[in-house]
Amino acid sequence: MPRYFTQDHEWIEVDGDTGTVGITDYAQGQLGDITFVELPEAGTAVKKGDAPCVVDSVKAASDVYAPVSGTVTDANSALADEPELVNSDPENGGWLFRLTLSDATELDGLMDKAAYDAYVAGL
Amino acid sequence: MTAPNTAGWRPEMGEAHSGDDATYTGNRALMLEERLIFEIGDTATTGVDLDPAPAAPSRLGGLARSTPIGLPGLSEPETVRHYTRLSRQNYAIDLGLFPLGSCTMKHNPRLNEAVARMKGFKDVHPLQPKETVQGALAVINELAHWLIKLTGMHAVAMTPKAGAHGELCGILCIKAALEARGDPRDVILVPESAHGTNPATAAFAGFRVENIPATPDGRVDLAALTARLGPDVAGVMITNPNTCGLFEPQMKEISEAVHAAGGFVYCDGANFNAIVGKVRPGDLGVDAMHINLHKTFSTPHGGGGPGSGPVVLSEALSPFAPLPYTARTADGVIHLIEEADAEEFEREHFGKPLNSFGRMTAFHGQMGMFTRALAYILSHGADGLKQVAEDAVLNANYVLRSLEGVLDAPFAHSGPCMHEALFTDHGFAEGFSTLDVAKGLIDEGFHPMTVYFPLVVHGAMLVEPTETESKAALDQFIGALRSVALRAKQGDPALKSAPHFAPRRRLDETQAARKPVLAWKGDLTGA
Repeated sequence: MPRYFTQDHEWIEVDGDTGTVGITDYAQGQLGDITFVELPEAGTAVKKGDAPCVVDSVKAASDVYAPVSGTVTDANSALADEPELVNSDPENGGWLFRLTLSDATELDGLMDKAAYDAYVAGL
Repeated sequence: MTAPNTAGWRPEMGEAHSGDDATYTGNRALMLEERLIFEIGDTATTGVDLDPAPAAPSRLGGLARSTPIGLPGLSEPETVRHYTRLSRQNYAIDLGLFPLGSCTMKHNPRLNEAVARMKGFKDVHPLQPKETVQGALAVINELAHWLIKLTGMHAVAMTPKAGAHGELCGILCIKAALEARGDPRDVILVPESAHGTNPATAAFAGFRVENIPATPDGRVDLAALTARLGPDVAGVMITNPNTCGLFEPQMKEISEAVHAAGGFVYCDGANFNAIVGKVRPGDLGVDAMHINLHKTFSTPHGGGGPGSGPVVLSEALSPFAPLPYTARTADGVIHLIEEADAEEFEREHFGKPLNSFGRMTAFHGQMGMFTRALAYILSHGADGLKQVAEDAVLNANYVLRSLEGVLDAPFAHSGPCMHEALFTDHGFAEGFSTLDVAKGLIDEGFHPMTVYFPLVVHGAMLVEPTETESKAALDQFIGALRSVALRAKQGDPALKSAPHFAPRRRLDETQAARKPVLAWKGDLTGA
């Protein structure tokens, strides 16, 4: 399944019209230990660039932006008890929420893995 | 003559000793270990000896407590010792330099305390008849006068009780002014270099918050701000001097652009200490600004006393200020204007419109801080306040220039800083962070500086020495920070486990945030 990345260090993996969103390994490394994740509720309509999710770490509270527009269908409830999953497994078990994409063409503006790695290397 | 008996008067040093041993009590010499009050108290001990309550029918009905209350009992000396022992583990401005950036931890002059303890100020009650507290009301009115003078503004709302409360007051004035003209603007712009409370305040008041980026030299990006202005923008919230410790030289242009687009300018005045007596925010086009009396005007804070955040207002926002407020009429009487009489009073005495958004507090504000702040202003005078700002800036620049060769100072190239110096973690050895430096400073006997704020730089360390530190105190702090910073750059493994000499070693802050234990879980009631 294709995976895309944003300049704000979110990833989205797309399966048909469903996208799974999380933050990248680089992002969790910058934030430090995650202490709490505020997740969106199913049914929440988000526009690309909205901040439906907040990640609290020992250093800061950071918005997580929606990489594309859509409607939230699900959130990773395991993070309520284990926010540390975002640190230990950010690009898999530490996913944040899923949404149904309303406009798949918005993916065109995002980076693939190689482009994102090059972007991070330049930071 | 016989030889003097020397036994006992010449102490002998024992073998060299590591000093790591635990003591029987857990105390370390005069640093006393103290358990929780629940662990030292019990239900059998009490500090007061009262007669049994007379048998009388209770009016509480089903609300009367039927189970033991479960609070620990201690005798009076046990209670006094408990809190005195805990207080010895605290760090305070009365113990040493307190370099928390953006907090302005300056000395609290004892003259202020003497004034605040005068009987006519400390023993009055907010519900007393107003004619019996004319002196106290005069203090509020006089302080209001000087705050308006110092800021070049039109009016001041005295009741807000701290900085963020003042922000809310100012933003609610803006909201009320927009509602009064039927203008449904709902966006507040907040630059990256603003205080963290600014976006929270705007969101709390129902506005949407949008960020404005900073320029590479740490200032508001005027072009980006101007480009975003429009009919949906209610205003901007700008911290000046900003949290990078820099003055915003384009403040006037910013205000003009915002006003031209129909918005209002809120200035976060938390850093007013750097410019008091030198710059009047009213001259820069500011519409509302809170003043932290507990920072710039030296009233105690950070556990030593409550905050107080009066908000100065432009002529455009003044009609919307909260009630109550003081006003002196031609007969010399000072009135505390409440809801019921406000409109009639304004019409009769001043012929002004009144459109107050409501009230922020039950009473008139933080009286004990008003007396202290007025004592501070009057004892310093205009020249003294000007020197406060100059010395605060001088001290911060001394810190910045003394350390820029050791610590990365991202904006040092753009000229002098204002009241605080900003450093980053750039150049530390692999695995070493700002947090390690903060913990190392605890071992050196200092409260750490502000860390990881502002967010615009990596691993921020924000140092605000204030004007009340001597050169000797600054040199000692600079030496300590230099020493700890060098250990971070060289990768001294001992720094990773600092503090070593504090009553507790490094605490697990992550676990404390993830699984906080906020209440004592034991049981006193079963005893």
